[in-house]
Amino acid sequence: MRLGSGAFAACCVVIEVLGVALFLRGFFPAPICFSSRTENEAEPPAPEPSSGASSNWTKLPPPLFSKIVIVLIDGLRDDFVFGSKGVKFMPYTTYLVEKGPSHSFVAEAKPPTVTMPRIKALMTGSLPGFIDVVRNLNSPTLLEDSVISRARAAGKRIVFYGDETWVKLFPKHFVEYDGTTSFFVSDYTEVDDNVTRHLDKVLKRRDWDMLILHYLGLDHIGHISGPSSPLIGHKLSEMDGVLMKVHTSLLSEERETLVPNLLVLCADHGMAETGGHGASSPEEVNTPLVLISSAFGRKHGDIRHPKRVQQTDLAATLSIGLGLPIPENSVGSLLFPVVEGKPMREQLRFLHLNTVQLSKLLQENVPSYKKDPGFEQFKVSERLHGNWIRLYLEESSSEVLFNLGSKLRRQYLDALRTLSLSLSRQMAQYDVYSMVVGTVVVLEVLTLLLLSVPQALSSKAELDVPLLSPVFSLLFYLVLLVLSALHVIVCTSAGSRCYLCSLSWPAAGGVMVLISTLLCAVTSALAKTLARGKLLSQTPAHPISRWSELDLLILLGTVGHVLSLGASSFVEEEHQTWYFLINTLCLALCHEVYRSCFLGDDCGPQHCLHAEEEPEGATPALQAKRADCNVLELDAVSKGPSSVEVPRGCERWMVLASPWLVLTCCRLLRSLNQTGVQWAHRPDLGHWLTSSDHKAELSVLAALSLIMIFVLVQRRCSPASKVAMAFGLLGVYCYRAAIGNVLFPWQQDNKDISKGITEARFVYVFVLGILFTGTKDLLKSQVITTDSAARTLGLWEVYSGLVLLAALLFRPHNLPVLVLSLLVQAILTTFIWRPLRHDAAEITVMHYWFGQAFFYFQGNSNSITTVDISAGFVGLDTYMEIPAVFLTAFATYAGPVLWASHLVNFLSSETNSSSALSHACFCYALVCSFPVSAYIILVTSLRYHLFIWSVFSPKLLYEGMHLLVTAAVCVFFTAMDRTNTKS
Amino acid sequence: MKDTDIKRLLYAHLLCIFSIILSIFIPSFFLENFSILETHLTWLCICSVFVTAVNLVLYLVGKPNTSSKRSSLSYKVTRLLKCCIYFLMSCFSFHVIFVLYGAPLTELVLETFSLAVLLSTFTTVPCLCLLGPNFKAWLRVFSRNGATSIWENSLQITTISSFVGTWLGAFPIPLDWGRPWQEWPISCTLGATFGYMAGLVISPLWIYWNRKELTYKNN
Ligand SMILES: [Zn+2]
Ligand SMILES: [Zn+2]
Repeated sequence: MRLGSGAFAACCVVIEVLGVALFLRGFFPAPICFSSRTENEAEPPAPEPSSGASSNWTKLPPPLFSKIVIVLIDGLRDDFVFGSKGVKFMPYTTYLVEKGPSHSFVAEAKPPTVTMPRIKALMTGSLPGFIDVVRNLNSPTLLEDSVISRARAAGKRIVFYGDETWVKLFPKHFVEYDGTTSFFVSDYTEVDDNVTRHLDKVLKRRDWDMLILHYLGLDHIGHISGPSSPLIGHKLSEMDGVLMKVHTSLLSEERETLVPNLLVLCADHGMAETGGHGASSPEEVNTPLVLISSAFGRKHGDIRHPKRVQQTDLAATLSIGLGLPIPENSVGSLLFPVVEGKPMREQLRFLHLNTVQLSKLLQENVPSYKKDPGFEQFKVSERLHGNWIRLYLEESSSEVLFNLGSKLRRQYLDALRTLSLSLSRQMAQYDVYSMVVGTVVVLEVLTLLLLSVPQALSSKAELDVPLLSPVFSLLFYLVLLVLSALHVIVCTSAGSRCYLCSLSWPAAGGVMVLISTLLCAVTSALAKTLARGKLLSQTPAHPISRWSELDLLILLGTVGHVLSLGASSFVEEEHQTWYFLINTLCLALCHEVYRSCFLGDDCGPQHCLHAEEEPEGATPALQAKRADCNVLELDAVSKGPSSVEVPRGCERWMVLASPWLVLTCCRLLRSLNQTGVQWAHRPDLGHWLTSSDHKAELSVLAALSLIMIFVLVQRRCSPASKVAMAFGLLGVYCYRAAIGNVLFPWQQDNKDISKGITEARFVYVFVLGILFTGTKDLLKSQVITTDSAARTLGLWEVYSGLVLLAALLFRPHNLPVLVLSLLVQAILTTFIWRPLRHDAAEITVMHYWFGQAFFYFQGNSNSITTVDISAGFVGLDTYMEIPAVFLTAFATYAGPVLWASHLVNFLSSETNSSSALSHACFCYALVCSFPVSAYIILVTSLRYHLFIWSVFSPKLLYEGMHLLVTAAVCVFFTAMDRTNTKS
Repeated sequence: MKDTDIKRLLYAHLLCIFSIILSIFIPSFFLENFSILETHLTWLCICSVFVTAVNLVLYLVGKPNTSSKRSSLSYKVTRLLKCCIYFLMSCFSFHVIFVLYGAPLTELVLETFSLAVLLSTFTTVPCLCLLGPNFKAWLRVFSRNGATSIWENSLQITTISSFVGTWLGAFPIPLDWGRPWQEWPISCTLGATFGYMAGLVISPLWIYWNRKELTYKNN
């Protein structure tokens, strides 16, 4: 079967996406839980241990508190309560923490620090898998055992007000609830008023046992303006008021009933210095946890350094406090100070219950649980406990009992800590089989791509894909047979924990067929390459490959970037790599430009000094690349006159200045958004602009940027889309003014903030209009006429539609990124690529590099914190999954996508070679899939690294997403290529 | 290709390396608390001065590019002035390039500038000595196959290896090892120095190795 190289590359990338998806499914482990039992029927609680058969305390201990109120403040960081801000803005809470009857802790949240997994952790005590981030926006019902479900089963009445996520997680558990949607990040008063308005009524009613309040406003303020905004102070004071109201009401009730109540102040996650959350910086991970109850004694300890505990410890504590069984998947340990005031026997009983639950969980999940030190400690303590009970029942002297008891207590606490730790480590269980299969698919595709480089980049841009012959070959059937046998063996031995085994037979068989087909294709391609190599070596007049410095730089840069992914710091600071690379690229271009301007053409025949300087690391990639450049350059030489026309006069000066202009633009953008980890706290222009004092400056900048966008885009548009573009950009400004980001000149202060639905939809109409016109032009050029002008126009209109969409979705302070991206594209096109006549492969790689750099210029990074989810809700009234995900993905990957579509524009308008587009598509696919494949192998080998969850896993998600975007881009390329070849 | 030429080149380069080593050890006799990392700026200045001095001495003694056609005083003075201007220009342009590469604009200006001076010493000063203030000649030498003598060839190699050394020196900066030499611009200056020294060692060897293949148009 003959395929164009573009179509071939697109197919390869699509298959690669499948492989990566399989790998991701295997890499992100399912959370640890009881696999054996599906429904938790009432299992009797563990009885008190005793060495004689004399103790008969088998029932659960009675509840410690009659009522529990949980005030969860989203995004509350530990220093907001325990630091200077707490003293200033939360006087009542500070009083309670310092002098009141309370216990305060710093609870550590595990990454991903996103709301839904954190709520799960608080209520179930388990550690939700990393993949929960993806499901964060669309949370399904929680089937796991949790405090809430236990409380409901015990007939407790639970009332909930706050974030809707809870209602989705626990749809039938609340007797009364009011969920507020958390998706309009720009609103931070109404979400909290919706909670507080119920407070008076519900506190007066007293017909409930548990009240949960989840306040979202603080988190929203963080997302809008960061943790140092003055709005934070107001919000903290408001929260302090809420806490005081709840506490006084609880106290007055206690005076009547004489049973203690419990008030819990906690947070799901903290807030990074940039205002987001999701990653694992100390600011995001450390949350306050304050337990207030008149049952606790007033204490005068130092509150400077509250004890560090795990967030998962709350679930066990709450269950004990309510007299419920501890959720069976909980890995947390009881917060001991809570029961410290009880008699020794009860204390030991609580500790015993918790240890039994943890050791059961350990037995379920670890085959060699008996060797675990925690389990051994537990067994020893249990025996001692029995002895202690005997002594207790024999009524020994209280001093002996107390001394023995406190020793036993210490042992129990040690056992708890060890058990909890070893359970948390169990999280990293990988489904290795799926991972291996995914890796094999990806590597086969990459090998196939590499082997077909010489053929695909030849001037015909076509290649033979041997599809039919392998299907009937012996090799295919042999491989298929072996794979199926392996599959059966693996699945029967590994049980149902592995994803591939849980697939239906046809699906798993499909995967096997895919692998064996790819293997056969690779083998035949390899055979062909070897045959050709023999042929070439027989002909002596084989031209020595000639590499320009630029090719060398591109190759070294690509390889260097891939190698840098192995170090966690380089993953965290990947933006630095890309900035460094494009700066070097600009300087190399500068050198080339200056040489061509001052010395004229130097493309004459060379003696082979520099051929020897090339690195002799003869990896297949290198050799293949070398061969491809060889072919390409031959192509270029045969194509046209090799001399470069030297421009004169004013244009010459522009040409000379252009690399420096590009470099200056990049430097400006670099100081706009500080991303990464190490230097993320540095002041940058973006923060200066978004602070509320500089709204006027931001408005001027946004307006200027929008005008510049219009100027830069309109030059190649048709009149109709020019008008549409102008209206669209005007609409963008109106939208930003409506949601209160920028001001109109006649507006002094924006009091009336709306959601800007009308304005945003107004812009969407123009985006769709421009895209539609562009598509129409493209179709016309394909079907009716054969002129390439209509095609170029259509492509440019599609491109400008995307620019308009990006302008709508970008935050106002990021609009300069869009402007400078357009500017850099224009400069490079006019003054560098056009005069210097780079070939398609070089131009593609340069576009890719710039696309990556602009991805980071937008303020993205390799941690989940920086994903701007507010882009997904522009112009939407309620949460709709598909548009929201699409819009967020587009806003995040706007840089790479815009550069890729500029590449299509450039190649189809500037070159008249018909194969340029398919070459570009092939190169783009190759240069994108190379890092992904290498990264998958790296991550597999680093899977027990300390930073695997905080650094490498988010990057893996980003890489997967990037590959998906690349697949879309390649399909678009191929579609364009088809229209090209037909016309 | 004469072997004596290569020998002279080797001796000249050994002298340069020796001057760098001296710049590390001599100041500790005169200055208290001298160490490369802590009193980095001082070392940078001393190293630059030493290397410049050695280069000038070599130029005056050896005069590999004997073009003493016009040896009037005014010509010499203008040439000297031009050289100074070129040197300063190169310092400033290196500074600008470092800032474009991401060096802080307002903080650590002195540090950045001394890195620029050091890099100019390693690259511009030999160029000025060998080629004179002639921009086109520089461009010619630094394009492919522009070299017309072994001196120019070694100039190519040392200059490029200094640049590559500085470039590679920037790599450890983002790593989280927390070492003192990771601070800007210490790793880059060390990289530049190592690159320069490596270039000095490699270029005579490389030229000796390739002496059969090297054919110059003008030789
Ligand atoms: Zn949250
Ligand atoms: Zn949030």
